[in-house]
Amino acid sequence: MSSLSSITLATLTKDIRLEWRSKDAINSMLFFSLLVVVIFSFSFDPNAEESRQIVGGLIWVAFLFAAVVALNQTWARELRNQVLDAYRVSPAPANALFMAKVLGNFILVSLLESLMAPLFMIFYNLRALGPAWQLIPVAMLGTWALVVNGTFFAAMSLRTRSREIMLPLLLFPISIPAVQSMVEATRIILSGDGAARFWIVLLLTYDVVFTTACLALFETVLQAE
Amino acid sequence: MNSIKFLYAAYIATWLIHGLYVGSLVRRYRRLKRQMNDLGK
Amino acid sequence: MKRAFPIFAALTALLLAYAFYEAIWVAPMERTMGDVQRIFYYHVPSAWTAFLLFFVNLVASIIYLVRRNAKADAVAVVAAEVGVLFCTVVLVTGPIWARPVWGIWWTWDIRLTTTLVLWLIYVSYLVLRRFSESSQTPKLAAVLAVLGALDVPLVYFSIWFFRTQHPQPVIGGGGSIDPRMLHVLLINWLAFSCLAFLLCWVRYRLEWLERKVEEAQALESLLGDTVPSSQSAPVKLPPEKTQSSMGPQ
Repeated sequence: MSSLSSITLATLTKDIRLEWRSKDAINSMLFFSLLVVVIFSFSFDPNAEESRQIVGGLIWVAFLFAAVVALNQTWARELRNQVLDAYRVSPAPANALFMAKVLGNFILVSLLESLMAPLFMIFYNLRALGPAWQLIPVAMLGTWALVVNGTFFAAMSLRTRSREIMLPLLLFPISIPAVQSMVEATRIILSGDGAARFWIVLLLTYDVVFTTACLALFETVLQAE
Repeated sequence: MNSIKFLYAAYIATWLIHGLYVGSLVRRYRRLKRQMNDLGK
Repeated sequence: MKRAFPIFAALTALLLAYAFYEAIWVAPMERTMGDVQRIFYYHVPSAWTAFLLFFVNLVASIIYLVRRNAKADAVAVVAAEVGVLFCTVVLVTGPIWARPVWGIWWTWDIRLTTTLVLWLIYVSYLVLRRFSESSQTPKLAAVLAVLGALDVPLVYFSIWFFRTQHPQPVIGGGGSIDPRMLHVLLINWLAFSCLAFLLCWVRYRLEWLERKVEEAQALESLLGDTVPSSQSAPVKLPPEKTQSSMGPQ
């Protein structure tokens, strides 16, 4: 068990260090979601009450698309110089590698969200009418849902012809319940009508189900060559 | 009655979809036959 | 066994014709909806058939993941493709029914939406199969099928809760169904299941032959490199042999 977590940690630190040096992914994600914010606010021009109703959808769609940028390059980096083949033949458990990638993406996307969320608040004049602290578990669970499946499907689409397009095609249909939960929970919290408890529980269920399934099946996907 | 049109539309659409699928199967069979002939030579 | 296919095809055609006759002339007219309600006899059997095929896809995928059996993989791809076909029929006939009855083409009703999401998931499954070029496609596709199936209950719950919060048009039904209508419905379901089975049969043969041909082509190009002018037997694909080794006949 200790070897599992130490391998995870080593891979995670390596990925973070790589990202820290280039900052490619985070910069492109930030700029991308900034563009989404601006374009959406041009196209809707909502007042404060409307914003509360729609911004849950906008913010999560923006993060979903931005996350795809990071997810796509998760494994692509390892293809160069046959690093992935080295992983495959190494005795390190596949799940340690998977968890490292998931955690790396989780950190990256969370960072993006914490930088972009204030911007959304400013641009759309938002002030939560419900319990605002609940946005934090919603964001964390939602991000985990996107990232766990995204990392998994990114590994799956590695072997396909146009993998950059393949990832969203696989990820989005499966993510529909998760995205709906995030959007609805955010909307309820911002507009303060009703409780978001059901959606948070649903997100939690989604996370548990898919994290388990991905861990159980990742070995198969990694070995698929 | 106007609503009968919708009934016709639905039945026609159903068979159209099935017909298109069968057509695509036939096309794929033809291509396969050609490939098999090429291989047989 | 060779004759089984045309016989079964003819039977299916007869059954479909009979089911059509029952749906149009025998089934009683629905009181509030009128003749439009007869779409029901195509819509609902198609939906049941599609769900059945998706279930077959899941079972075949699990069998493939456990046993690595090429036949199970072929069954999975066939079931998914024909399932998407029937699901398309459901999604097309649904709005055609909804328009005259509810006055709207589409409503985010729980059954409609779940069917739509299911359709999206299985289309993405087929896209993965189309785009993936390695020999490991079956493995990846089977994994996706399992994940997709896990998604279905979550989709159902999320839409169920979403719908209980928002107003929606009243969906007809809920009450008891006229036994004569049920009879017609079941006949139609039988007919469409036979059609689905027939299509799967044809599609399975096609899949299997395509794989054989692909193998033979690979072999030929391999041998063609080493023995360029060889005209001899190894790459030949004797048609009788492939036919005997394949298919559910």
